[in-house]
Amino acid sequence: MDAGIVSYGAYVPRYRITPAEIGRVWGSDGTSVGQGLNVERKSVPAPDEDTITISTEALRTALLRGGIDPQQIGAIYVGSESHPYAVKPTATVVAQAVGATPNLTAADFEFACKAGTAAIQTCLGLVGAGMIRYGVAIGTDTSQGAPGDALEYSASAGGAAFVVGRERVICRVHGTRSYTTDTPDFWRREGQKYPSHSGRFTGEPAYFRHVTECARGMMEISGLEPKDYRHVVFHQPNGKFPQRVGRQLGFSEAQMRYGLVTPRIGNTYSGAALLGLANVLDHAGAGERILVVGYGSGAGSDAFDLETTDALPGFDRNHGRAVQWYLDHGVEIPYAVYAKFRGKIHLAGS
Amino acid sequence: MSIARFWRETPRRYNLGGSKCLTCGTVAFPPRVVCPTCTHHRQSIGKMAPFQLSGEGEVESFTIVHDPAEGFEMQVPYVLALVRTPEGPRLTGQIVDVEPESVAIGLKVHATFRKLREEGKAGVIHYGYKFAPTGEDEPPPPRAPAVAARAEGAVRDRAEA
Repeated sequence: MDAGIVSYGAYVPRYRITPAEIGRVWGSDGTSVGQGLNVERKSVPAPDEDTITISTEALRTALLRGGIDPQQIGAIYVGSESHPYAVKPTATVVAQAVGATPNLTAADFEFACKAGTAAIQTCLGLVGAGMIRYGVAIGTDTSQGAPGDALEYSASAGGAAFVVGRERVICRVHGTRSYTTDTPDFWRREGQKYPSHSGRFTGEPAYFRHVTECARGMMEISGLEPKDYRHVVFHQPNGKFPQRVGRQLGFSEAQMRYGLVTPRIGNTYSGAALLGLANVLDHAGAGERILVVGYGSGAGSDAFDLETTDALPGFDRNHGRAVQWYLDHGVEIPYAVYAKFRGKIHLAGS
Repeated sequence: MSIARFWRETPRRYNLGGSKCLTCGTVAFPPRVVCPTCTHHRQSIGKMAPFQLSGEGEVESFTIVHDPAEGFEMQVPYVLALVRTPEGPRLTGQIVDVEPESVAIGLKVHATFRKLREEGKAGVIHYGYKFAPTGEDEPPPPRAPAVAARAEGAVRDRAEA
């Protein structure tokens, strides 16, 4: 495949809350819940941050790093399940804010947590067909779990932007494959504020089946085995699922090291696998093979067989912050402030 | 604020689009059609090119707001500052991602893209620049790509033609 990743950028909001603090409010042993999920803390967006602002910051970083003229972008697709508008695309505001308008196509994608990887596939098609020079795929969320629900311990905010092109490719795409079924493990009906899920059903028939089938199918097509990959990135709704699925497939802790970011920032939904990939690219050298397997409830998986190129070591990462910075930094807030920031408190007259 | 008015101001609010006098070099923000500093103002007519600020700046003065404007209740206390940009213009903006007590005159900041206000629960959402502290040991922060540079070139080409 000619088309590949030519640049990328990441953004995670500043605030953090710990499972212990969430559990304190709901009478649960939050520390144990956090350990069970392998989530130490999760990111929380400020009241003036949303999917549009996070996407914009991530894409601005990507464009500066790649030295990409925004007017050469032919498509911007933003994958999220927390678009600020039900009708009016996130991608329109992002396109305007990075100076890419007006000669481009733009749309919002939704496929639970894998809308961002679906956007990458679409860009690969458009760029590969020679229809556009650069395509932008963004995965971002500011997801919420209902107060007191198990999801509240992990649902966080963040995102990453990837620019797909054919020139100065830093990460080649050898192939991509998807696996999709009708599996109702997690959903949000129109007009509902919080999503619903089917508890333990989100595990075996949903996440594990789709991720393993998709990963095995990808390796079959590429003719590779787990040991042939330097890095592997899975969708990470918590810190536990990706570790378990990695072991099931035969990957080691070392291969999963950089691709696993959820324990430090929580589940960024559409941003999760992409932030893991961004962290891998932050650390990788040339010629390193990477397997990425996203997952979205509903349900489906997208896998990518990637390899970094000789252009990666010389790639300008000195704009914006590395993913590691976001993993290491953050300001912890108490639950009351978190509730205020996330609009869980209703003001008089509102 | 009306939708139409905000929409007209999108270039400046999203991308810090100002103007630069091609006669004396003065940068203005918001953009102007006549240079405020040229001795003969008329000389600058038709020579004010679009110019994008870098988003870098320094706090020149600030205040901590405890009695919020409508729509800012969730952010109290918040910091409003006058930010001096290296290009010249002084901007008023909110300082975010900071503890109000740690803001000081001289604090280095950079522009960041945030939600400015919402027209109620059903209305439009306005976005634009705010400022965040720039860490000393950090890489350069993201900023809006230089979209105005090309526009500036275009205007200069037109002016010279």
